[in-house]
Amino acid sequence: MTTLDERATTWLTVCRLDDLARERGAAALVPDEIAGAPVLTQVALFRLLDDTVLAVQHHDPFSDAHVMARGIVGTRRVDGQDVPTVASPMHKQVFDLRTGACLDPAGKQPVVGCAPDLRTWTVQVADGDVRVAVGGGTA
Amino acid sequence: MDPRHLVVVGGGMVAQRLVEALRDRDTTGAWRVTVLAEEPRRPYDRVALTSYFSGRTPEDLALGDPALWDDPLVTLVRGDKAVAIDRAARAVTAQSGRTFGYDHLVLATGSFAWVPPMEGADLDGVFVYRTLDDVAALRGYVTDLAAERSVRGVVLGGGLLGLEAAGALDALGARPTVLQVDTHLMSAQVDLGGGEALRRLVNRLGIGVRTQSMTTRVVPHRRGGVGRVELADGTRLDADVVVVAAGVRPRDELGRDCGLPIGPRGGVVVDDTCLTDDPHVSAVGEVACIRGACIGLVAPGYTMAEVTVDRLLGGGAVYPGADTATKLKLAGVDVASFGDAFARTPGALEVVWADPVGGVYKKLVMSDDARTLLGGVLVGDASAYASLRPMVGRELPGDPAAFLLPEGGAGAPDLELPDDASVCSCNNVSAGAIRHAVAEDGCHDLGAVKACTRAGTSCGSCLPLVKKLMATELGKLGVTVSSALCEHFTLSRAQLYDAVRVAGLRTFTEVVERFGTHGRGCDICRPAVASILATTAPAHVLDGERATLQDTNDHVMANLQKDGSYSVVPRMAGGEVTPEGLIAVGEVARDFGLYTKITGGQRVDMFGARIDQLPLIWRRLVDAGFESGHAYGKSLRTVKSCVGSTWCRFGVQDSVALAVMLELRYRGLRSPHKIKLGVSGCARECAEARGKDVGVIATDKGWNVYVGGNGGFTPRHARLLAEDLDTEALVRTIDRFLLYYVRTADRLQRTAPWIEEVEGGLDGVRAVVLEDALGICADLDEQMARHVEDYEDEWRATLDDPEKLKRFASFVNAPDVPDPSLAYVPERGQVRPASADERAVLVAGTTLEVRS
Repeated sequence: MTTLDERATTWLTVCRLDDLARERGAAALVPDEIAGAPVLTQVALFRLLDDTVLAVQHHDPFSDAHVMARGIVGTRRVDGQDVPTVASPMHKQVFDLRTGACLDPAGKQPVVGCAPDLRTWTVQVADGDVRVAVGGGTA
Repeated sequence: MDPRHLVVVGGGMVAQRLVEALRDRDTTGAWRVTVLAEEPRRPYDRVALTSYFSGRTPEDLALGDPALWDDPLVTLVRGDKAVAIDRAARAVTAQSGRTFGYDHLVLATGSFAWVPPMEGADLDGVFVYRTLDDVAALRGYVTDLAAERSVRGVVLGGGLLGLEAAGALDALGARPTVLQVDTHLMSAQVDLGGGEALRRLVNRLGIGVRTQSMTTRVVPHRRGGVGRVELADGTRLDADVVVVAAGVRPRDELGRDCGLPIGPRGGVVVDDTCLTDDPHVSAVGEVACIRGACIGLVAPGYTMAEVTVDRLLGGGAVYPGADTATKLKLAGVDVASFGDAFARTPGALEVVWADPVGGVYKKLVMSDDARTLLGGVLVGDASAYASLRPMVGRELPGDPAAFLLPEGGAGAPDLELPDDASVCSCNNVSAGAIRHAVAEDGCHDLGAVKACTRAGTSCGSCLPLVKKLMATELGKLGVTVSSALCEHFTLSRAQLYDAVRVAGLRTFTEVVERFGTHGRGCDICRPAVASILATTAPAHVLDGERATLQDTNDHVMANLQKDGSYSVVPRMAGGEVTPEGLIAVGEVARDFGLYTKITGGQRVDMFGARIDQLPLIWRRLVDAGFESGHAYGKSLRTVKSCVGSTWCRFGVQDSVALAVMLELRYRGLRSPHKIKLGVSGCARECAEARGKDVGVIATDKGWNVYVGGNGGFTPRHARLLAEDLDTEALVRTIDRFLLYYVRTADRLQRTAPWIEEVEGGLDGVRAVVLEDALGICADLDEQMARHVEDYEDEWRATLDDPEKLKRFASFVNAPDVPDPSLAYVPERGQVRPASADERAVLVAGTTLEVRS
């Protein structure tokens, strides 16, 4: 049996950088595996003001709907540093876009079976293409 | 042991306070209490009776927590009057014949409105001003008469109550004249100088005043009812309605009949423990003659209630004397008097500041060394009342004149109130009690402080002071009462609005760089800035950077639902729709498989649209002549209407036409919170317009406009802003009201709490929008004209812009693949989102060709 770490990372080109608006999200479908079976997973891509692109799961663990890419992008000061964030459009939980960590559960619990933190993907921007690391596990 | 039985005769404010205090402090249940109330309702706020004319309902005037009357130890007998007391048998007999035995009896029968002996006092159209039934009857009479002719009112009595009655008549459209026997208005509280200033202010409201005028008789009209009033000097005044507010007399007949000692000018004599000469009978409030006099104010009555309860529970409380400070509750007229207002203390000095042009007269009465405040009179500007009144008997810091100068002058030093200074005289709350509530009981907002201390819960005149004390105390605790929008802006929404408007900024980046503290904003400040820019620098919601500020509803211009799909609510202005329109909407819903429902706001809502379907749906709606409609975001939602005079056999105006016009006028207007309007075609109010931020109700003469209503978590009835406006004046008034709100409200603050917080409350709003008190009306008018002119169909504009349409792709790498997580199951002939269990079965995998 192979572990995630041993598998090679595949870079999937999902769009052009120009397809993404700054400080706004967009959803994309990427190949994934659940229990060894191939599936498509919805990811939320966010292009920041400095053209960095970050990716977290599109599924909102607090509402069970696929909506994270429609949240408001911003920053929150954590330990003296401005951290890029997205707020769920459903019930306003705030997440760190770099780590997926839930910074503010807004008084709610995630749905049964879900962690409050978001899964993340590694993204690279090369030659104007936005590429997401797939198959290599989480970033 | 069985509880002893306390019987309270009278169901007014003081009785309410007595029962509250007893249930609060009698923790062992030593007493059960029965209250015999003559009126058919729970005790209500008689002091606020006049607000009944500005739109408050009897329910609004109810006092305290209704749960008090559900207490098993409390019985409220309503609509039954005590008629006899048998002190030997310790029993009270009521009109119904029921008898109530007591261990202790409290007389709290209050007073009645005194009608001077004169011919014609019993004519139809002569009213007193004492109970809710009195004012309701007065209102009914004037309203009926007003339907036939213009109404002239005469008020007998120029005291507090007389002026309030005149204000009420004025509010009803009956041109009132006040007849005062004395040399000047409010002669019991205010000196001659103050009375003169008051007369000028009252005249400005359109209320006539005649002093030194004794009424000799009321003469009937030949058609019946009141015709005119004749004065001792021979003057005759035409009058259609007469309100007698000549004073009150204690209702002491029960005490007299059972042989209790009565004071020289009436009232049941009590000692400083509020006990009569029968150790089983007390008297409290206006019926009690204490220290030789009856006092017609509620605060001393509350004190007597507290003393009585303390004594019943074995305490040693004694009556400390009365605070006779008063404040007039009349729209547009600020009057207050407190302490030794007439400088009767030997050697007292009077410091007076008067501005006859501005209608201001202020006087402080100081001790002979000009240091200790003894009392004062404030007319035209009573803003200093709340902070000065508690200082009576104490040294003022600095020159007394500094406290009289208008704001913006030298400025008075801050008053650090001693802990024992009374802040709320209605409820006898000290500055110390408020500080304690904040520091020890963790009350960190005004609501908590009010609930904990009761300060400001009766007449409310002390609220500014309570707020200030709370803020100071919070400051000491290191808690900053921040009005900052969020971590990115130290300004409040209202401050930021002005800053952005004045600086002429057009983008979020400009705003955050100029006024922000750090970072790139968040889900709180970004939509707030979007909303501010929407009225200060109008542009399409999805233009450039502005798109990044929008909440998802504004960003995709539809309403996000629980499963991540959206609903679409085509605009049907005023609720009017053609059969063809209905068919088109129905076809769209059918073709896209949408669940349809009539909304709470008279619209057809279509649910279950995927983000990628939205432009397709809008295209169909646009082709059928519809706008998609704002049913989301902080903006104008709907203008609800009844069918109006074109069809309705009762309607007096065309409410549909007005509603359509208003909805089209204000559509797209972004504001601190959602705004809803309603228009009713007659007083039957079928549109429930008074449950809206702006409610318009047709009258025979035009439109009445009400503001500050809402449904939701804390429902409020809108209150009357202006009456009998023609359509042009109405629209101008609503324009200004809405934009004044848009400019100055806090984020997510609806109109009702905004009106409570905004400078001057409802009167302040009225002054700004009707009298242009801030001089901003021209600016507001211009801003609204620009809004109306610049409005474009936001959905049509989006359809016409390929760049904007890109935001509606389901997936950036698979724009045509529908969101595979969405699943629906049938219910009652339509669809609904599948539950988690159902979805596990329904949602199949999707295939996607990927580029790598």
